[in-house]
Amino acid sequence: MSRLGRFALLAPLTLFGAFIIVVGFGLRHDPHHEVRSALIGHPAPAFDLPGYDPTHPGLASSDLAHGNVTVVNVFASWCLPCRVESPQLAMLASQGVVVHAIAIHDTHDGLASFFRNYGNPFRRIGLDDSGKAQIAWGSSGVPETFIVDGKGIVRLQHIGEIRADDMPDLMREIARARS
Amino acid sequence: MKRLLIVAALLVTAQTAAPPEHPLPDPAMERQAQSLMHTLRCVVCQQASIADSQAEMAGEMRALVRTRLAAGERPEQVRAYLVGRYGPWIDFRPPISAETYLLWGAPLLILGVGALAVRPLFRRKPATS
Amino acid sequence: MITELGHLALWLAAALALVQTFAVGVGLARRDPALIALARPAALAQGLLTAVSMAALFHAFATSDFSVKIVAENSHTMKPLLYKYTALWGNHEGSLLLWVTVLAIAGGAIALAPNRLGPRFKARTLQAQGAIALGFYLFLLGVSNPFARLAPAPTEGNGLNPVLQDPGLAFHPPLLYAGYVGLSVAFAFAVAAMLEDEVTPRWARAVRPWVLAAWAALTGGIAMGSFWAYYTLGWGGYWFWDPVENASLMPWLAATALLHSVAVLAKRDALRAWTLLLSVAAFSFSMVGTFLVRSGVLTSVHSFAVDPQRGLFLLALLGIYVGGALTLYARRATSIRAGATFDPVSREGALVLNNLILAAILGVVFLGTIYPLLIDLAGATPLSVGPPYFQATVGPLIILLFLALGVGPLLSWRRGGTRGLPTKLLAPALAAAAAGLATLLLARDPTASAVLGFGLAAWVAFSSLVILARAPKPTAPIVGMTLAHIGVAVALVGITAASTQTQELLASLHEGQSARMGSFETKLIAVGPIAGPNYTALRGRFGVSRHGEKLGELMPEIRTFFAPVQDTTSAAILSLWDGDVYVTLGQPTGNGAWQMRLSFRPLVTWIWTGGLLIALGGLTAGFAGLRVRATRPSGYRASAPAWSAPLPVPAE
Repeated sequence: MSRLGRFALLAPLTLFGAFIIVVGFGLRHDPHHEVRSALIGHPAPAFDLPGYDPTHPGLASSDLAHGNVTVVNVFASWCLPCRVESPQLAMLASQGVVVHAIAIHDTHDGLASFFRNYGNPFRRIGLDDSGKAQIAWGSSGVPETFIVDGKGIVRLQHIGEIRADDMPDLMREIARARS
Repeated sequence: MKRLLIVAALLVTAQTAAPPEHPLPDPAMERQAQSLMHTLRCVVCQQASIADSQAEMAGEMRALVRTRLAAGERPEQVRAYLVGRYGPWIDFRPPISAETYLLWGAPLLILGVGALAVRPLFRRKPATS
Repeated sequence: MITELGHLALWLAAALALVQTFAVGVGLARRDPALIALARPAALAQGLLTAVSMAALFHAFATSDFSVKIVAENSHTMKPLLYKYTALWGNHEGSLLLWVTVLAIAGGAIALAPNRLGPRFKARTLQAQGAIALGFYLFLLGVSNPFARLAPAPTEGNGLNPVLQDPGLAFHPPLLYAGYVGLSVAFAFAVAAMLEDEVTPRWARAVRPWVLAAWAALTGGIAMGSFWAYYTLGWGGYWFWDPVENASLMPWLAATALLHSVAVLAKRDALRAWTLLLSVAAFSFSMVGTFLVRSGVLTSVHSFAVDPQRGLFLLALLGIYVGGALTLYARRATSIRAGATFDPVSREGALVLNNLILAAILGVVFLGTIYPLLIDLAGATPLSVGPPYFQATVGPLIILLFLALGVGPLLSWRRGGTRGLPTKLLAPALAAAAAGLATLLLARDPTASAVLGFGLAAWVAFSSLVILARAPKPTAPIVGMTLAHIGVAVALVGITAASTQTQELLASLHEGQSARMGSFETKLIAVGPIAGPNYTALRGRFGVSRHGEKLGELMPEIRTFFAPVQDTTSAAILSLWDGDVYVTLGQPTGNGAWQMRLSFRPLVTWIWTGGLLIALGGLTAGFAGLRVRATRPSGYRASAPAWSAPLPVPAE
C-alpha cells in the first residue's frame, strides 16, 4: 500500500475525528454573541450631542478627556432595565464619580418622568435622536456603560444593567482607570 | 371604529420600529448602498444583514450608510468605520488575515490536495489507438 | 388512547431495530439462515410501526390534544387544520420522528426491493440500516420523546411561529427528509459492500436507483425551501448561506458527486474506493447537518430550540456511525484492488474533475460554516462568515464546473483524446458567444457577471443537446442526464438574471400617489385593516402597470399574529412571463404616507424550474432505467470477474 494510498484512506477518519473534537468543545460554548464595542483601549469616538436642560448640558467627546475618569451611560427612559440600575448609578455619583448619559430616541417628557421616579445621577445628558452617537460608540443596545479614563481612552464596556453585585468590579475598574 | 383602533395599534408599534427609509436620490449610489448593506450584519438580530432586518438599530445603520455615502465616502470607508466600532464580526465578509488564510485558501488547497489524491487513478501508459 | 398506541408502536419499532441489528448480525456471523431471515420482516414491520406512530401523532395534533407536550407548545385551536398537521414537524421532537419514520420506511423499501446481490448482502444492508435506526430511536425515546405528556394539560396551546404557517411548509420538510434520510440507504449499502466484499459494478448498479431517488428528493426539498424563503420572507432573497441551509447543501453536494461516481463504477469498474467513500460521506453529512441544527453549536434563524444534552447524544451517534464507517473504510479499502485506470482526458477523467470541484465546494461550505466556531474556540476576535465569502469562493468553482460540464460528457470512455472535440463543441461555443453578445447588447444592465452567467448557461444547455442528438439511442439515463444538465443551465439563467438584472424602488406613497421604476408604474390605492384566521393585518392595495398597460393589483400585508405575538410581512408577487413583480408594504412615515418597496426580478422562477428539471432528470435516469433492466434476464453470475466489461444494458 503506497504512502499516498494509506493517507487517502486515513485522512477522512482523521479529519472527522478533528471535527468531533472541535464541536465537542463547541457544545459547551454559547454561539450567541454579545456584540462588544471595538473601542476598548482606543480613544472615545468623536460626537457632539445637544443637552436636556440648562443644568444638564449636552455631551461631546471634548468633555471626556479632562484628566479625570468619566462614566458614560447609554440609556433611555423607555428602557426597563435602566430603572433597575438607577440606584447603582446614583451610588457612583454620590461617591464623586462623574457620570454622563447618552439618551437614545428619547423625549423631554419621557426623561422628566424617568428622573422624577428614579432620580438623576447625570452631570451631562446628550440626546441622541438618530442613534448615530450610539453607533459611534459601538454600542448595540441599552443600557450599556462605558468607563473612560482621563486621557479619553475607553477602558471598559459593561453590557446590560449594572446590578448591585457588579459594583465591586466596576469600582475596581474605575480605580484602575485613574492610575 | 375597529379600523381606527387597528391602525392606531399598528402605528403605536411602528413608533418602536425602524425609522422611515430615505433612499438616496442617485440610483447608482443607492444600489451601492444596498450592496453594502447586504454585507453588514445586524447587531440585534444575529443572523440577518442590516438590509433585511426590521430592527430599529438596523434602520439607523442603513441611514448611517446612506449619509456617509452621500457625503462622499467610498463603501470601503463606511465598512471600515463600522468595523472600527463593532469589530470584524459586523462584516459578513471575513477579513484576510493570518487567522483566515486557511479559510480563504481553502478552495485552492482542497483542489490541490484532491488533484494529488486522484493521480493513482490515471493510466501510466499513453493511449494507443 | 391513540397517542399511547403511537408511543407503543415507536417502542416496538425500536425493539425490532435491536433485533435487526444484533440477531441478524449473529446470524450473518454464524451463517444461520433462520436468523438472517429475520431481517426482511423486521424491516417491513419497522416501517409500518413508525408510520403508525406518526399517524397517532398527527391525530393528536388534529384533535388539539394539549396533554401532549409538543402539541401544546406548537399548536393552537384556532390554527387552520393544515397547519395543525404540519406543526408536527415544525419542532425538534416531531421532526425527529419524521426522520426515523423515513429511515424505517426506507428500510422497508430495501426489504421489498428485488434482490440482486444475494440474500446475505440484503440482510447485511438491513442490519446496517437497523443499526442506524436503533441509535435514533434511543435518542428519540430517551431525550426527545414526541409523546411526552403535560399534566395537567393546558386548555390552549402556544401556537406555531407564524412565519412557518404557509403551504410551502407542508411539503418542504418531508421532501427534504426523504432526501436527507434516503441517503442512509447508500450508506447502508456501502457498509454492506465493505463487510461482504462486494465493491463491484453490480453493487453500483443496485445502489444507483436509491442514490438517484434520494438525490432527486433532496434537490426538490432544497429548491422548495429556497422558493418558500423567496415568497415568504418579504425581500426576495432565496439563499442566505445560513448554517441550516448549508447543512442541507452539503449532503446534496456529496450525493451529486456520488451519483456521478456510481455511474462510473457501474459502467467502467473504476473509482471503487472513491464511490465507497462518497456513499459513506453523503449520509454522514446528513447526520452532521442534523447535529449542527439541533445541538446549539451554531446560531441560525432556522434552528430548533437547543439543548446541549441532546447535542451530546447526537454527537455520540455521529461518532459511532460515521467514525465506525470511516474506520471500516480505512481498514477494508486496502483489500479493494485498484479498478480500471483511464486517461486523464477521458469521460472518467472529466467525472473525476467534476467530483474534485464538488468536493472543493463542499469543503468550502463546510469550513465557512464552522469557521466562526473555530475562531471563537481559539479565543480570537469573533468574525462572521456570510454570503460575501461563499460567493467569492464558490463562484469561481462553479464557473470551472460549468466549463467542464460542457466538455466532459462529450469525451470518450477510458481512452484519452480530444479528437473530434472541437467539432462537437462548435455549437455550444457559438451558443455561448451568442448569449454573451445578446446580453451585452440587449440586457438592461450588461455587467461582466451577467455575460458570464448567460454565456455559461448556453454553453451547458447546448452541449447537453448535442450529446442527446449524437446518442445512438435516447435511453432513459441519457435523457435523464440531458434533462438534469439542462435544468442546471436553466437554474443558472434564473440566478444570473435575478442577481444582475433586478430593478428595485423604495418609495413613500400617499394613497392615490404613484411612483415609477423603469417601464413599471405602481400606484397606492389604499391601505386598510383586514382580519385573518389567527391574525389581523394591514393590507396595501397597489395597482401595477407596465408601459401604461395595467397588470393587476398586488396586496402585500403586515400581519400581526396573536399566538405567539409576532409581526410578519407578507409580500405580494405577480408572476409575468419574464419575471416577478414583487411588492412589500413598509412602515407609515408619520405624515400619512406609506413606505413601500417595488422590485422586478427577471426570470427568477427559472431557478426553481431548473431545480425541478434537475430532480426530474434524476428520477428519469434512475427509474426508467430500472424498468428496462427488470425485463432483461438478470445475467450477473456471482463468479463474474470484477474487470469484465459490463453487459450492454442501459448504456450511456
